[in-house]
Amino acid sequence: MNKNIDTKKIIISNPLKLDCGKEINNFPIAYETYGELNSEKSNAILVFHALTGDQYVSGKNPITNKDGWWSYVVGENKPIDTNKFFVICANVMGGCMGSYGPSTINETTDKQIGTDFPIITINDMVNAQYELIKYLEIEKLFAVVGGSMGGMQVLQFVANFPDKAKLAIPIACTSSHSAQNIAFNELGRQAIMADSKWENGFYSNYKLNPDKGLAVARMAAHITYLSEKGLQEKFGRKLQDRDSLRYGFEADFQIESYLRYQGSVFVDRFDANSYLYITRAMDYFDLSKQYKGNLSDAFKKTKTKFFVISFTSDWLYPTSENREIVIALNSIGADVGFVEIESDKGHDSFLLDVPSFLKTLGDYINSTYKIINERRI
Amino acid sequence: MKEEFNIISNLIEENTRVLDVGCGNGDLMKFLQENKTKDIRGLEISKEKVQNCLSKGLTVIEGNAESDLKQFPKSSFDYVILSQTLQAFLNPELVINELLKVGKKVIVTIPNFGYWRVRLQLLFKGTMPVTENLPHEWYNTPNLHMCTIKDFYNFCSTKNIKIFKSIALKKSRISEINKANLNYKNLDSHLGIFLIES
Repeated sequence: MNKNIDTKKIIISNPLKLDCGKEINNFPIAYETYGELNSEKSNAILVFHALTGDQYVSGKNPITNKDGWWSYVVGENKPIDTNKFFVICANVMGGCMGSYGPSTINETTDKQIGTDFPIITINDMVNAQYELIKYLEIEKLFAVVGGSMGGMQVLQFVANFPDKAKLAIPIACTSSHSAQNIAFNELGRQAIMADSKWENGFYSNYKLNPDKGLAVARMAAHITYLSEKGLQEKFGRKLQDRDSLRYGFEADFQIESYLRYQGSVFVDRFDANSYLYITRAMDYFDLSKQYKGNLSDAFKKTKTKFFVISFTSDWLYPTSENREIVIALNSIGADVGFVEIESDKGHDSFLLDVPSFLKTLGDYINSTYKIINERRI
Repeated sequence: MKEEFNIISNLIEENTRVLDVGCGNGDLMKFLQENKTKDIRGLEISKEKVQNCLSKGLTVIEGNAESDLKQFPKSSFDYVILSQTLQAFLNPELVINELLKVGKKVIVTIPNFGYWRVRLQLLFKGTMPVTENLPHEWYNTPNLHMCTIKDFYNFCSTKNIKIFKSIALKKSRISEINKANLNYKNLDSHLGIFLIES
């Protein structure tokens, strides 16, 4: 965050009315693309990232110098093959990788916006990204794809723009954030706000960073991305670099050391205020409420094909919640496929090397691309 | 298999909406997609088979016919197909009722337990029949409720289910079943195919 790396960026001049009531304009959306757009402009896939993701889906992330967050899925000869598809991913509004967010500099004060940033929603994020699609002059996307919060954006995108994508693949997500989801997000936010260096969100004015709070938020959230079985198998009660317990509060156990590490690397790349704003956007997400309690109505106007995917060990966005999306689509006769993939890797399964997931997703996208092109829909 | 697919395909009008319940690896779906209609969906309980179908670009939902047919609105498909699966359900009657709700017409195919080869095995060998069409042993068979062509025919008349067409298959020989030849077809056919409506 806040590092001077050249990011692709557009400034959106059209005014955008946010759900909170505020109107914004001339705001930046940072994005990255992979592969080439074909002459018919029929091979574009818009990928939406999750809570702590960014626009660097594949290849090397220039900020972290690590592999892009979806390198298992997107890239040359990967399930979403960039030899074939033109992949677009934007940093969400509220994020800290170049898009309009709380760490954006207010030009009149020359300071970060901090908590003067408006509350944003998944709907706002999606509307902003639609401006990017217009800027790229893509009339119709082949697909919109995303996991977790990315999946929520997929659902919102199709609801808002029913004829702008041929295929929608929401993965490991929900149409409405549950009490448990909100509870974990609130825990993370409270950890950040309890850090004395948070300064009501204006920490950058004092050259401070609530890194302890943000690290705790990340540690708690990270547990929710794994499964009990996965944790037990990977760590059990194994000790960290020692033969016996030390009778103190150091990281005796490998799992403690692992979580502390996850927390410490996270604060180097993520802005604490962004964490507050984006988790809030997720908590506010309730697509069926937007349609007066009837989720099916969100998709009534669309002919988009859907493929919903969940994972057996995902207890954060369990299969039952993914199934509700399928049921809503079936009840209006929409074209929807669904599978629950067997995996011990919890919610994080969609980001990891889960062969049956990668194979099914890749084969499905490729055969559907072929079928749709042959039929020339 | 091929004969069964042909018969089913001939029962279906072109460009109609079809649901294949227990679609397996999607062979019948693929066949119908190429020959009859593009608008075809599948429901399958096995994850592995669902993944195979999706890999082929077929629209399939992982689910159980006994609990998941409810999510489809009434008469939302022109045809619902249940191919050689009825005998594997805990409650075949419930499934048939669900199928008749979801589909305007329903095609059910039945491996005939009344086929003479099946009967002879039990009669002479005294063991549960194992045939090409029913390859499992009694201890590992998924088939909980085997029935005969005659059983299903009688079931339909007891439950006031209209039979539009009933076809018997022996090897590749196709013939119509009617009240007069029911006993004979029940003895001489390995598969029964019924087009029904509530």
